[in-house]
Amino acid sequence: MKALRRIAAAAGPPLVFAIIVLGLWQLYASVGPVSSLTLPKPTEVASALWENRSLLLENTWVTVEEILLGFAAAMVLGFLLAVLIRSSRLIERALYPWLVASQMVPVPAVAPLIVIWTGFDLRPKVIVIALVCFFPITVNTIDGLRAADPELLRLLRTLRANRVQRFVKAQLPAALPFIFSGLKVAAAFSVIGAVFAEWVGSSEGLGYLILTLNNQSATAEMFATIAILGVIGIALFLLVRGVEHLALPWYYEAREDEGEPEVDGLMLGAEV
Amino acid sequence: MRSEKLQAERISKVYGGNGGRVAALHEVDLDVGAGEFISIVGPSGCGKSTLFNILAGLIRPSGGRVLLDGSPPDQLLGEIGYMLQRDLLMPWRTVLDNTCVGLELNGVGRREARERARAEFPRFGLAGFEQHWPAKLSGGMRQRAALLRTFLAGREVMLLDEPFGALDALTRRQMQAWLLDLWQADSKTIVFVTHDVEEAVFLSDRVYVMSGRPGRVVLCLDIDLPRPRRQDITMTEGFQALKARLMEPLEAALRETQPGAVG
Ligand SMILES: Nc1ncnc2c1ncn2[C@@H]1O[C@H](COP(=O)(O)OP(=O)(O)O)[C@@H](O)[C@H]1O
Ligand SMILES: [Mg+2]
Repeated sequence: MKALRRIAAAAGPPLVFAIIVLGLWQLYASVGPVSSLTLPKPTEVASALWENRSLLLENTWVTVEEILLGFAAAMVLGFLLAVLIRSSRLIERALYPWLVASQMVPVPAVAPLIVIWTGFDLRPKVIVIALVCFFPITVNTIDGLRAADPELLRLLRTLRANRVQRFVKAQLPAALPFIFSGLKVAAAFSVIGAVFAEWVGSSEGLGYLILTLNNQSATAEMFATIAILGVIGIALFLLVRGVEHLALPWYYEAREDEGEPEVDGLMLGAEV
Repeated sequence: MRSEKLQAERISKVYGGNGGRVAALHEVDLDVGAGEFISIVGPSGCGKSTLFNILAGLIRPSGGRVLLDGSPPDQLLGEIGYMLQRDLLMPWRTVLDNTCVGLELNGVGRREARERARAEFPRFGLAGFEQHWPAKLSGGMRQRAALLRTFLAGREVMLLDEPFGALDALTRRQMQAWLLDLWQADSKTIVFVTHDVEEAVFLSDRVYVMSGRPGRVVLCLDIDLPRPRRQDITMTEGFQALKARLMEPLEAALRETQPGAVG
């Protein structure tokens, strides 16, 4: 019950906002100086969604598969790269500038090359998505691995913790909130990556569908496709957030009820 | 004849940074017998935490050496229990799992470590809080959890750096009496840092007073008050006399640093 109410409280305001925007849009597209080829009404988009549901659904699965694989690859590689960079100061100094420089290379420009190297199957899409997504994961993980309290690491050393134990018991847990921040940004990027990848070399998927619909000037159908891409992005984001809440109860429960601190349970003395 | 457990021999420490060199300690001698309760008082910044870091094997002294059971150990780090000034409870572990961490690192299995820790919770005034997150505990309870973590690690010698520094006066009194009971029940050797002279006298077999930076030992005073001690001993003449003898060099040390700096 409490959970339901919390979800309603969270979903209420954005839903109201969406309804207002859609209403204004409907109004403008109905009475404003625009043709439905330029700006279809939300109701037209909705019927395009329904009429093309099987075509859209088919291509949705294609794109969702690419995104999940690409996101997973970015997660693993982004994390390992961050651990590598944090493993020694020399490696950090050698690699970190190149990590940042890698973001100056526009992924849409290298996407065709990746298609040439790997072919037209799933691989180039997974690679392009991973390339778009790994950066926020890596950067946040690097920051997170710096976040552990140096005094805590000292304390663990006096308790005979070796390097691996200090990593597992202190550095990794301290990094987790940062890692999840990176994952949430990456979730939002992953959809963009999928569309790029499909534009340069694909014959299916929602990104590819947008290209074909664009050629046919099927504006309402394009909007419908874009709406689905948006939903995929939001769903992935919410999935990451859900996992985050499960994985970091300490992080959220400490913030939730900032009520009065509990009394000092001093019941000492007699039983010693 | 008491047997020396932990000794500092002419320990000096100079921190070298790009901001210049800071002499933190100058030829500090310290003798801690097995089972003794020793306190160190001194003005803030005189190197008490630095001394503890050296005794715990975390940093190397610039001069002098540390002896354990009469000889320099191959590996000092890990031989001595150390409760740092901050409680350093891990927010991602429950109170119970925080107290177990030393046992886990000693190779005790999770389940057994938890059992052993759980058994100590009543004695440490933590019963019922096993599954709480540390963020939900009061300051006094956090200190007791940190202390339990140090006790469970099982080292004979424990260094406690101002463990009660942040507590209110009443809680502090209770914790002192309780700590003494604990020390006697478990026959540990304790070295205790405080800026509270009364606390030092009440708890200790011997008190060292350190000067301002660079820290030197300016007085080492045996506290020959009978044990077990109760709170009302602080009213006795003997107690007050010892306190006065310690206050004198401490106040001199304070004057030579800055006015008003205690800690
Ligand atoms: N890592 C460090 N590098 C340089 N100076 C330090 C370092 N740690 C402590 N100091 C300096 O050494 C002096 C003693 O510090 P500390 O041992 O923390 O004193 P206390 O615990 O008695 O307050 C202080 O002046 C402090 O600024
Ligand atoms: Mg200190």
